[in-house]
Amino acid sequence: MKCLATIPKGFVFLSLLLLTPAFAQQAHDPLRPGAGFAEDPKTAPLVNAENDDKKRVRSYAMQPPTIPHKTDNYQLDRFANRCMMCHARTRAPETQATPISITHYMDRDGNFLADVSPRRYFCDQCHVVQMEGQPPPVRSTFRDVDEIIRGKARK
Amino acid sequence: MRDFLRRYWRTLTRPSAYYSLGFLTIGGFVAGVLSWGAFNTAMEFTNTEQFCIACHEMRDNVYQEIQPTIHFTNRSGVRAKCSDCHVPKDWTHKMARKMQASKEVWGWIFGTISTREKFLAKRRELAEREWVRMRANDSLECRNCHEFGSMDFTRQSKRAAEAHSTSLQSGEKTCIDCHKGIAHRLPDMAKQ
Repeated sequence: MKCLATIPKGFVFLSLLLLTPAFAQQAHDPLRPGAGFAEDPKTAPLVNAENDDKKRVRSYAMQPPTIPHKTDNYQLDRFANRCMMCHARTRAPETQATPISITHYMDRDGNFLADVSPRRYFCDQCHVVQMEGQPPPVRSTFRDVDEIIRGKARK
Repeated sequence: MRDFLRRYWRTLTRPSAYYSLGFLTIGGFVAGVLSWGAFNTAMEFTNTEQFCIACHEMRDNVYQEIQPTIHFTNRSGVRAKCSDCHVPKDWTHKMARKMQASKEVWGWIFGTISTREKFLAKRRELAEREWVRMRANDSLECRNCHEFGSMDFTRQSKRAAEAHSTSLQSGEKTCIDCHKGIAHRLPDMAKQ
């Protein structure tokens, strides 16, 4: 019993608590909302990304525009950038894709570089596709600034 | 050496003294069928995926890369194997490609791309060679399955329909000009 005495009492209590099935059911797994650790929730079916090439509204002026087409299996690593094969400045006339904006050429000191700034290289850090007919997975109370201004003017 | 050759030449040019003409013609025919069959079977075996990924160079690099792509995994289960894209279908061109491929055996023996690093370093050159080949035959291996005449532009996305109905239709561009790196990862495109 000597070795048991060295373990803090609180730790023993906590481990007993974790082993209790009642506690396991209450426990909440943040990665799987609504399901306990012990449960095996059903996964929602996968859906495709919207692919209609229609520009969507930007919720605020600085919002990175969302991608209106599929990007499945697009290669985006140190060897190649599939996005830039159409969205590069020099490719725009041929592909009619929106060329990346001037801010993508700026380094963090505000200097303009000849090509995409390394910190802007990985497009999908900011630009994402939207899934077909899916409500936003995270609820938000965000309101468009236009809506707020108009709402105030009405008052 | 010359005496040796002369002796064989004399044997070949002299009429047979022991075997009947029937045996020689029918036997020759049967032997011909067998050897041709064996040759073709062996060559077809070199067209199988099992043969290609028997070497780690193919199995650990390009074979891993094709698996998540549409040419390997898709809803209907139709898939392309290595030779569908990398070996011409008709006999003459297939033979020519197979003879070129003997250089790949050389590369295998001397370990030209035996490590991941060596493969990545050589990748641009290898890809470039394949792009040139496909451009030269108007992307024949793509068109073996993807027939232009059967493409329904209305079922394609807006961008796809636009590109296919203009550049591809006029023959100004061929499949590989836009569809590079769809079955395997692209090499370092920044290199010149």
